[in-house]
Amino acid sequence: MLKLSVSRIPELLAAIGGARALFLPARSGGQVNFTRWDTGVEYCGEALNTVKSAKDFFFPQSENLLTFQTQGKSISITPGGVPEEPFVIFGARPCDVRAMDILDMVFLSDPQDSFYKARRESGVVVAMACNAPEETCFCGSFGIDAADPPGDVAAWIVGDTLYWDAKTEKGEALTGELSALFSQADGGDLAALKTHKEEIASILERLPLSDLRPQSVGGSLLELFSSEKWGELSQACLGCGACTFVCPTCQCYDIQDFNTGHGVQRFRCWDSCMYSDFTMMAHGNPRTSRLERFRQRFMHKLVYFPENNGGQYSCVGCGRCVSKCPVSLNITKVIKAFGVKENVR
Amino acid sequence: MCGNQKHAVDLLIPTLGVVTGIRTDTADVKTFRVNGVDGGVCFAHMPGQCAMLSIPGVGEAMFSITSSPTNTGYMEFSIKKCGSLTDWLHQMEVGQQIAIRGPYGNAFPVETALRGKDLLFIAGGIGLAPLRSVINYVRHYRGHYGAVDIVYGARSKGDLVDYEEIKNEWSTSEGIQVHLTIDRPQVGWNGHVGFVPDYVKALGFGPHRTALVCGPPVMIKFVLASLLEMGFAKTQVYTTLELRMKCGIGKCGRCNIGSKYVCKDGPVFRCDELDHLPDEY
Repeated sequence: MLKLSVSRIPELLAAIGGARALFLPARSGGQVNFTRWDTGVEYCGEALNTVKSAKDFFFPQSENLLTFQTQGKSISITPGGVPEEPFVIFGARPCDVRAMDILDMVFLSDPQDSFYKARRESGVVVAMACNAPEETCFCGSFGIDAADPPGDVAAWIVGDTLYWDAKTEKGEALTGELSALFSQADGGDLAALKTHKEEIASILERLPLSDLRPQSVGGSLLELFSSEKWGELSQACLGCGACTFVCPTCQCYDIQDFNTGHGVQRFRCWDSCMYSDFTMMAHGNPRTSRLERFRQRFMHKLVYFPENNGGQYSCVGCGRCVSKCPVSLNITKVIKAFGVKENVR
Repeated sequence: MCGNQKHAVDLLIPTLGVVTGIRTDTADVKTFRVNGVDGGVCFAHMPGQCAMLSIPGVGEAMFSITSSPTNTGYMEFSIKKCGSLTDWLHQMEVGQQIAIRGPYGNAFPVETALRGKDLLFIAGGIGLAPLRSVINYVRHYRGHYGAVDIVYGARSKGDLVDYEEIKNEWSTSEGIQVHLTIDRPQVGWNGHVGFVPDYVKALGFGPHRTALVCGPPVMIKFVLASLLEMGFAKTQVYTTLELRMKCGIGKCGRCNIGSKYVCKDGPVFRCDELDHLPDEY
């Protein structure tokens, strides 16, 4: 365990960001979002979560897959480049870091997505424990400990001290480069950190969603699918898709062509199962109603994804959909609606 | 993000094919012969598998490969004109290059469950396209399979895809019976008139057969009902499903039915497997 005075965080960021791209939560235009570090960009640690999650850095909102050139009946294809440039994400919260593991299950399962894989290999994640989990947080429901962050490096800010603990080879390599900045944590530090973790745990226990248990969702896939509850649950949904865009685990994408005037770019971009043309085909649409689209999103996160991925839910309880939905619909209401008491431990 | 770039070798990146033949089957179906730019096929496949075809700036879509893998000279796609990409494909001339990637999905179990069985193919309209790959595979390895019956129906005589091949090659093959039907009586048609599900029942096949069914969803539904009534078990009936696809590798998230992805877990399903899936197709 290493430590650094909080007042020296700018030095730490300059040392990391001077050698490679560095992205960190910073305030701009009234929002906190991951921003590329440059002189003058300040780490904003008091905001719990960024508006957009960190998934952008591995699975960008839009990326070029290839470029076509056409001449008469001939076509040439130039595959898109994947950046080899190493980069660091500093200050991602435990929920966002766990979300990367969930995206790995999609993009790194056979056949691997080489665009995603290249970014995952060149990125180092410094995860920051949550000093003050908020009332929209329910990461604990998915087995995530906000006081004990996963990632290449785990970090904590306790009072005026930053604690730093490398967890992986990538994390150790980064730490090695920065060793001049750190000093070794002593017994007193470790005791302070332990107390800090206990404080976080006690906040987590008192959160309004702390008793939410996805395991309580009862019934078989077909029983849940055909439940009448979906009608009432989905009634207020506007189908805006905001929940899918702020979600750190939503991974649905679209592939489209754009004619630039000097070639056609084929790009991949985020898409949303909440949109009516998501499943539209020339011969019809299997999900014509809002109910069907709403049901798809939550069945995927709570039933289909776990069935395909050893019980792993496709949700990390980051609370973004809770705070961003314009009509206050979210996965917590779905879990509660389908919860069966006997299923709760 | 900038910096050094390396070229991605990814399954989403297509290769090039060239259209070397175009056959007009019906008023809205054409069969395109496609070769790799250096000849031959673009990739190997098994009957029932699909490929993504695309035209720059127009779009990309999934099509079943209608040629049999035993045909190593070229691939064929029978495509119905029904949207912007297929409109464009129908305007192509021989020599046009297209982008192609695949193969995607599972295949009919030609080397396992279908081996040694008496087969019953039931198709409607353009639904013959994926079954044609199996039929020609079975014709190639004729000794590996038992009796073969093909029931094929379309709206009219002019809507029967592959009519020349059916008449001149399938009907004359040993041990293969072809039963054609059209929806309404038509001048110049001496064959059966009526819908496929009724015709299947009238023909009265024994329930020991293994059936492969492909066509419009409503036809599949009624054919399955006919077969069950005739004593077939769902485990003896295979069909294919079709949903919108973008990636073809189970990641883009749109062709799922329950926890299955049609692009990778399908498109071929045994009918008893469908009972475990939500009715969302």
